[in-house]
Amino acid sequence: MSIQVRTMADMMASGESPDILFWVGCAGSFDDRAKKITKALVKILNHCKVNFAVLGTEESCTGDPAKRAGNEFTFQMQALMNIELLNGYEVKKIVTACPHCFNTLKNEYPELGGTYEVIHHTQLIQDLINTGKLTLADNGTFKGKKITFHDPCYLGRANDVYEAPRELIEKLDAALVEMKRCKTNGLCCGAGGAQMFKEAEKGNKEINIERTEDAIETSANIIATGCPFCNTMMTDGVKHFEKEEDVKVMDIAELIANAADL
Amino acid sequence: MQQLIFGVLTLSSFGFFAFNLRKIGQNIHMGMPLDRSDRKAERWRTMLLVALGQKKMFTRPIPALLHLALYASFVITQIELIEILVDGMSGSHRFFQNSLGGFYTFVISFIEVLSVLAFIGTVAFLARRNMLKLPRLNMKELAGWPKQDANLILVFELILITFIFTMNGADEVLQTYAGNSNGFAISSWLGPILFEGKSTHTLHVLEQIGWWGHIIMVYTFMNYLPYSKHLHIFMAFPNTYYSKLAPKGQFTNMQSVTNEVKLMLDPNADPYAAPAADAAPSRFGAKDVTDLTWKNLMDAYSCTECGRCTSACPANTTGKLLSPRKIMMDTRDRMVELGDFKRKNGQDAEDGKSLLGSYITEEELWACTSCNACVQECPVNIDPLSIIIDLRRFLVMEESKVPTELTGMLTNIENNGAPWQFAPTERMNWANED
Repeated sequence: MSIQVRTMADMMASGESPDILFWVGCAGSFDDRAKKITKALVKILNHCKVNFAVLGTEESCTGDPAKRAGNEFTFQMQALMNIELLNGYEVKKIVTACPHCFNTLKNEYPELGGTYEVIHHTQLIQDLINTGKLTLADNGTFKGKKITFHDPCYLGRANDVYEAPRELIEKLDAALVEMKRCKTNGLCCGAGGAQMFKEAEKGNKEINIERTEDAIETSANIIATGCPFCNTMMTDGVKHFEKEEDVKVMDIAELIANAADL
Repeated sequence: MQQLIFGVLTLSSFGFFAFNLRKIGQNIHMGMPLDRSDRKAERWRTMLLVALGQKKMFTRPIPALLHLALYASFVITQIELIEILVDGMSGSHRFFQNSLGGFYTFVISFIEVLSVLAFIGTVAFLARRNMLKLPRLNMKELAGWPKQDANLILVFELILITFIFTMNGADEVLQTYAGNSNGFAISSWLGPILFEGKSTHTLHVLEQIGWWGHIIMVYTFMNYLPYSKHLHIFMAFPNTYYSKLAPKGQFTNMQSVTNEVKLMLDPNADPYAAPAADAAPSRFGAKDVTDLTWKNLMDAYSCTECGRCTSACPANTTGKLLSPRKIMMDTRDRMVELGDFKRKNGQDAEDGKSLLGSYITEEELWACTSCNACVQECPVNIDPLSIIIDLRRFLVMEESKVPTELTGMLTNIENNGAPWQFAPTERMNWANED
């Protein structure tokens, strides 16, 4: 199925306005693995006939990694430019598949003049299912599978979203198994705070290895997550243990798209 | 004579305590301003749940119950202190016993039962620290004074409880000699076991030792607090009241930077215009405790070094140098050092040291993933992450000390609006790829 995506500029030119803006994010736009998550979400949006748009080439980094790295100048330059663009398009509601973009847009843009209703894609998908716009096919994709959910720090502890992704997993024909450290006690994948873009400091173990051990201990077939950076870290962790055949790392959007035969 | 000694002891104890509290207040006020006067109802609720109700302690139920025994007995014993003050000043003996009757027996019995529980709790805590060697209570940042401090507090508590039972036990035996009983829950059977058969004179002396020992330990303990991590018994209350109520992921906005960035982005701005009244501070980010907010400094005084933060820290558990507890301990040590120095040498005096550099290293700061596990774990809502980020801000914006790979990331964001080297024109390519 081919995907249909329109840009804000395109919509504006034809006098239309979307109900919601899909903030794709840098990972979702450029990272090969994360692009698959982006497309899975678009398939869901298309299937449910959601009237959405993306910023396309006008989108720019929210500034999150700069802010976490301590560079408030670079962060605010990005933020103020993005806010000018978003306000220009009179954006009211934003969905994103990246918890870092989610946190920054939702919590850190208002003080700089950008106030929007911002939701994580798991929340949007949950809403689509609850309102009957999306139904999962009984296709047996996940029958007998065990799925564990790795809480992204910027979705969980940072913003107290723990249930939306879990409710979605429970809608699949699979068993949700929790890691010993989950929800408020969830262990970081190691990518946050701009660590994604640098080598880890000297230690005796990589954080993603420690976290992948937690996941493997549950004997889950699938490690589900809701963050492109967590996805990278956990995928690397699974490779480290040479478990690629037995354990897949997938985003919630991909799980749902598969279960809905999209 | 006794009343005079008691009066002098009481006044000097409270006087010295007040003197030290004032210093603590002054030290906290070295911090930068921060407005936490909003959402009062929510703040009271947070304080009641987290400080009074110890909500966050109960994520680990066994230590929580032991801690609750100590905490409850500490709070309830303060009721008895009222009587001790009255007796000490007037020379009376159990001033409230006759007037309150059965209620008095109940209150003292309640105190006695809690004291036994507290005794058990204290012994368990000593064993856990020194025999079981719980990892988080035996890390290198606790070597020396912090470890001694922890053990001293527990020993103080044991002595205090011993004095209470010496006093009540001896008193009970004296009562039985006269054919009566105080009827307190523990001492009515413990007293005879310990002191049955002793002479009336010896019992009077024991009762006095217990009474004086108790009050002297209370005053010692009170005046020990300002020098100890145990100060958390008071600081937990204001500290939870002034908790950060915003989502944990929301970092502070630097208004001084906003002003400059807006000027840069505004083509009509007059670059020579006089700076606004709230002009940029002398420094971006924090180098020393005086650059942190008063809440960061209050956090440091509230820390009881339990190490739950550090045991949950992904960097620490994988062998990195960072320990959120050490960040808080360093902040307090530096604040006390600088506060004392300024009181001695004047407010504008500099001692050539700073929190960043003299206490906290860059390697610690760069190990943080900003995951908020330390913030989540803290039983009194301390926020070590906020200090870490403010120190990073100073490193990056004032000193340009950025790890090399991060320089690349920052340059990419500035040049092409993404942390990686992709052209903005490629941003939509995903939509047309298979």
